[in-house]
Amino acid sequence: MRGKLAVICMGFLLVSGCGRNTDHPFYASGIVYCSESNPITFNPQLDTSTTTADATSHQIYDKLLVFDPDSGQIMPSLASSWLVSDDGLTYTFQLRKDVQFHTTAYFTPSRNFNANDVIFSIDRWRLDSHPYHNVSGGQYPYFDSIGLADNIKEIERINGYRIEITLKRKDSSFLANLATDFSVILSEEYGNELLNRGVPHQLDIKPIGTGPYIFQEYRKDRFIRYAQHKAHWRQEDSAEVLIFDITPRSSLRLAKLITQECDATAFPAQSELDVIRTNDKLTLAEKPGLNIGFWAFNTQKAPFNNPDVRRALAAAIDKNTLLEAVYFDSATRAKTLLPTASWAYQNDADDTAYNPVLARRLLSDAGIPPDFSMTIWAMPVKRAYNPNANKMAELIQRYLQDVGINAQIVTYDWLTFRRRLRSGEHDSVLIGWSADNGDPDNFYRPLLSCGAIPSGTNRAMWCNNDYDRLLDEAIETNDIDERRAIYQQVNRLLFEQQPLVPIAHAYRYQAYHNGLNGMSINPFGGVKFGGVSKAQ
Amino acid sequence: MIQVLARYIALFTITLIVLCAMSFSLAYLFPGDVLENLTGITPQNAFQRDAIARQLGLDQNYFVQFYYYLVRLLDGDWGYSAASGLPLLEEIQIALPATIELSTYAMFMAILVGVPLGYYAGIKCYSTTDYTLNSLSITTYSFPVFWFALVLILLFSLQLDVAPISGRLSLLFDVAPVTGFILIDILLADNVDHGLAIKDALSHLFLPTVAIGAITTAAMIRITRRSVIDVMQRPYIAAARSRGLSSWQIFFRHVVRNALLPILPLMAIQITTLITNAMIVETLFSWPGIGNWLLQAIYQQDYPALRVGMLAVSTLVIMLTIIVDLFNRLIDPSRDRFERGTI
Repeated sequence: MRGKLAVICMGFLLVSGCGRNTDHPFYASGIVYCSESNPITFNPQLDTSTTTADATSHQIYDKLLVFDPDSGQIMPSLASSWLVSDDGLTYTFQLRKDVQFHTTAYFTPSRNFNANDVIFSIDRWRLDSHPYHNVSGGQYPYFDSIGLADNIKEIERINGYRIEITLKRKDSSFLANLATDFSVILSEEYGNELLNRGVPHQLDIKPIGTGPYIFQEYRKDRFIRYAQHKAHWRQEDSAEVLIFDITPRSSLRLAKLITQECDATAFPAQSELDVIRTNDKLTLAEKPGLNIGFWAFNTQKAPFNNPDVRRALAAAIDKNTLLEAVYFDSATRAKTLLPTASWAYQNDADDTAYNPVLARRLLSDAGIPPDFSMTIWAMPVKRAYNPNANKMAELIQRYLQDVGINAQIVTYDWLTFRRRLRSGEHDSVLIGWSADNGDPDNFYRPLLSCGAIPSGTNRAMWCNNDYDRLLDEAIETNDIDERRAIYQQVNRLLFEQQPLVPIAHAYRYQAYHNGLNGMSINPFGGVKFGGVSKAQ
Repeated sequence: MIQVLARYIALFTITLIVLCAMSFSLAYLFPGDVLENLTGITPQNAFQRDAIARQLGLDQNYFVQFYYYLVRLLDGDWGYSAASGLPLLEEIQIALPATIELSTYAMFMAILVGVPLGYYAGIKCYSTTDYTLNSLSITTYSFPVFWFALVLILLFSLQLDVAPISGRLSLLFDVAPVTGFILIDILLADNVDHGLAIKDALSHLFLPTVAIGAITTAAMIRITRRSVIDVMQRPYIAAARSRGLSSWQIFFRHVVRNALLPILPLMAIQITTLITNAMIVETLFSWPGIGNWLLQAIYQQDYPALRVGMLAVSTLVIMLTIIVDLFNRLIDPSRDRFERGTI
């Protein structure tokens, strides 16, 4: 009997010996963030996905301007102040001094940040002739989709810490564009050094910036490691080490959050929110998000080039059911592209209603045969604006069956999915958009303007000259009321044409441990770890 | 003995060549371009394509192509992963040790716990203790490993919070993979607190090792128990008893070693099961081993990786089986010298 007791005691000792000792101060020195996927590049100029922005924009880089996360106002960052001329065409930026670039094993800067770096960073996406323009593909989806490069007349260096940007047309969203996740400032010196060494593509793989964290190591499907940038100009209390633990499965991210293997996690699933709320060690922060989930039709393919067919399909689905089943009521119903948080939100905008009878009539009038079949592409990843595209596709499939349409659900891995989507292989797709800045132009232009088709953000492949003209008119004025009136016309046009069906604006959630100081939701794009640290 | 050794080497070589032939034929059986399946490189233009095709001998018959394939395998040119673009040899050199490490600890656990318990059950055969141990081991043995690992996670990680659920080491430790064996790598790294890191690694090892080891332990108990019972019924045990030896003397002088002999070949069979189980459990614990790696390769349709991954795993299993068998022959002189090599 004594022997058995000893065995049992040994067993307990073994278990407790292996038990975790996460109280050791070492574990408080770094932050582990469970991210959902691999970044496509380490230069957010080249990609609009949230994953890339999360891993780079606020960690490695700084921008000229930033949005205040609470008020949405534009605040100084690398530009300490700025001036707009009376005609609204010339912007003068005074740059911050004594800002150091990262020193890493692969690059040692010899000078601080100055005007040359700003000109280098902007010219890279602006000028076709720039030596870096065609490095890493030569596509700058965000800037291409809003046509910013065409509107900049010239950038002039006044002195080492002052630059002047002249526009061709007035653009009231220009400053907001410079504050987005994509307008990062690269190091000109590093760029030149790589060019001399003949390996320019390293600029986007081994990044150098001025941000609060220095890039150290990236292992695909495993992790990204960053170290604190001790000489960061904004003297914040940041963690010594930052790690992105790449965990695609949402349930595993939640489990790791509970076992404290992660300190914060990306995109908790809607169905898991209650688990987080009831756990006293965890905080669930929520904010209405600047995003839209929608169902876009490929308007360049027959019969989806017919607005009547698109209207019929829009009337065939019940948005409220989708909201309940997919978002678990953590989203608001979308009428137009703009979420309620935007200043241009139109309360009385037209909205489609669930009407299968009308849908069937419109379809037969348009000459759609009763056994017509189409594809619904469901994106394979979870996003705030669509937490479960596959489930939504299944529901839509059933609704379409009721009006005599056979729908097939198509999905690929995320990279393939986006590549095929860009080449227009889909009939319709369930996807969405998270805004990069608070300006309404940031919804309308990248999502549906003609210029956004080649850059791959216009999933409906829809090009309408009236629409583009209205958008241009809207940003040429600084009068808010005038702009609001123009956007109401735009909404009317979209309702008639229905290139996409707006479905929902989701809340944004972030789950993290109570011990994390300085964590907040950034409604304008990527997650931000500068100034976040762990309580000892 | 030399003759036996030669036989084993021949057996090993022939099996290896057959495996290489299978792996080579996969390049043709998988969908897609043979050239890309063999190298993992997508040629940018026709010129580059011709150059690579010539290098692979694609313009000649299958046997010549296979010869070139073998030469490249021996040279360490295993091609590139279509998903990550990294050399496959390098990726496997990191992934395979992780699996071997996990399997080794699980095997140790099975031997250290399973064999003594098996002896105990064998000596006390047909008693309550024996029945308890036996039924426990049969129950454990019949657990599906996937389910068992999930139960362990639920209990020890999410409820009791004594062990983490994923990875081999907290990512806060910056340990570079040198050998691929985490405990050795920690000792080689000079920028971490060794004690703390080892403790962290052990807490990560705990659950996957138990998940894999428990099932093999159960098998070990049953194998050992059977063997001990067989030995105990031999006439020489009765003779020893009649000579007046105490039961302890009988046990240590006659039972221990004689019972061990039949256990070893059965252990070799368990190794295969163990590695298969390890590969399944890896995916649950995000253990960066070969099982997890192969699963990712399937998801990403990385055919070059699947081709060499299959080769690496099967080579490992065959090598282990042959080594155990050889070892077994070395310590057991009673086996026929001229018996052919068996797997």
